[in-house]
Amino acid sequence: MAVEQLPDNVMVSKLDELASWCRKNSLWPMPFATACCGIELMATGAARHDIARFGAEAFRFSPRQCDLMIVAGRVVMKMLPVLQRIWSQMNEPKWCISMGACASTGGVFDTYCVVQGIDRFIPVDMYVPGCPPRPEQLIQAIIDLQDKIQREGTLNGSEFDTAQRQQPKRALVELPVYGQTPYFNPTSPLVKKL
Amino acid sequence: MPANPTTLEALQARFGELPTTEFREQTRVVITADQVPEVMGWLKSERGFDLLVDVSCVDYLNFRDATDRYGMVYQLANTLTAERLTLRVYLNDPNPTVPSVVPLWQGANWLEREVYDMFGIHFTDHPNLRRILMPEEFTAFPLRKDYPLQGRGERHNFPVLERSDA
Repeated sequence: MAVEQLPDNVMVSKLDELASWCRKNSLWPMPFATACCGIELMATGAARHDIARFGAEAFRFSPRQCDLMIVAGRVVMKMLPVLQRIWSQMNEPKWCISMGACASTGGVFDTYCVVQGIDRFIPVDMYVPGCPPRPEQLIQAIIDLQDKIQREGTLNGSEFDTAQRQQPKRALVELPVYGQTPYFNPTSPLVKKL
Repeated sequence: MPANPTTLEALQARFGELPTTEFREQTRVVITADQVPEVMGWLKSERGFDLLVDVSCVDYLNFRDATDRYGMVYQLANTLTAERLTLRVYLNDPNPTVPSVVPLWQGANWLEREVYDMFGIHFTDHPNLRRILMPEEFTAFPLRKDYPLQGRGERHNFPVLERSDA
């Protein structure tokens, strides 16, 4: 067989896997830090936790130079058009990490102006729980994202087009409100008296 | 520090009896919207209240024993004597309107814009009465008590970006 004639210093792989291997080990994060999660994001980039061990230390504040958006903190309705514009300006292939409870769900800020999860409006690859998450958790998200890129990445980015990858958007419904929706009937014995 | 009694006496002598209360060494005087330019100008020029500390508002909808819907709050201070005075102006629907105090204190500009943004109080003769916190296209006044905490869906009224859009 042809493979047996290869010299020892030659490896055979798929082009897709080679491209994914290159991409996953040089993620360039775009720090979209709006709140206290941003402090943890900075700590992740600093010496003690050292995100450079995973090849993602090159934070750039220009979306043109980034391929990983880390949304760290709550996003208000005045900020969301900015977020979407920055996401659109990033070059493909690109990924998004939703860091912390606020970016993922709105967190405790269930008010008229805070977006209840950025995944309602832009694609998200990884969610990091926590309020704010520890740097270890963000690093774990980056490791998981690297696994994801290696597992399903392709040279031409066709994984972004497949039907499985295009997750249906979360239903845009309001959360139940105490005393106003049947989920929380105030007279129910199951509801703890306020 | 409570207001100087001579200030209150002079105020009553100049503008007649005004409802005045004192609570925890803070003096509060209630005036009407029409009196705002006159009283504020007099306090600034004659009594040395050269600093407008804050302009704020309270919505008294569903508040017990309340007779008026909105209560404007003006906090004045005299930086030489450390004397402080609170002025209240009660306003009602349908057009809560009060004269602007920007001609007297430039610092009132953004404070009044914030009150307009959150409560929909109109300030006549304000040089630039636009929203300051909420987006320009926002239509409601979110700190009014009849506005729901979670809004009326404004926070979800955005286009959804898919992977294929980028």
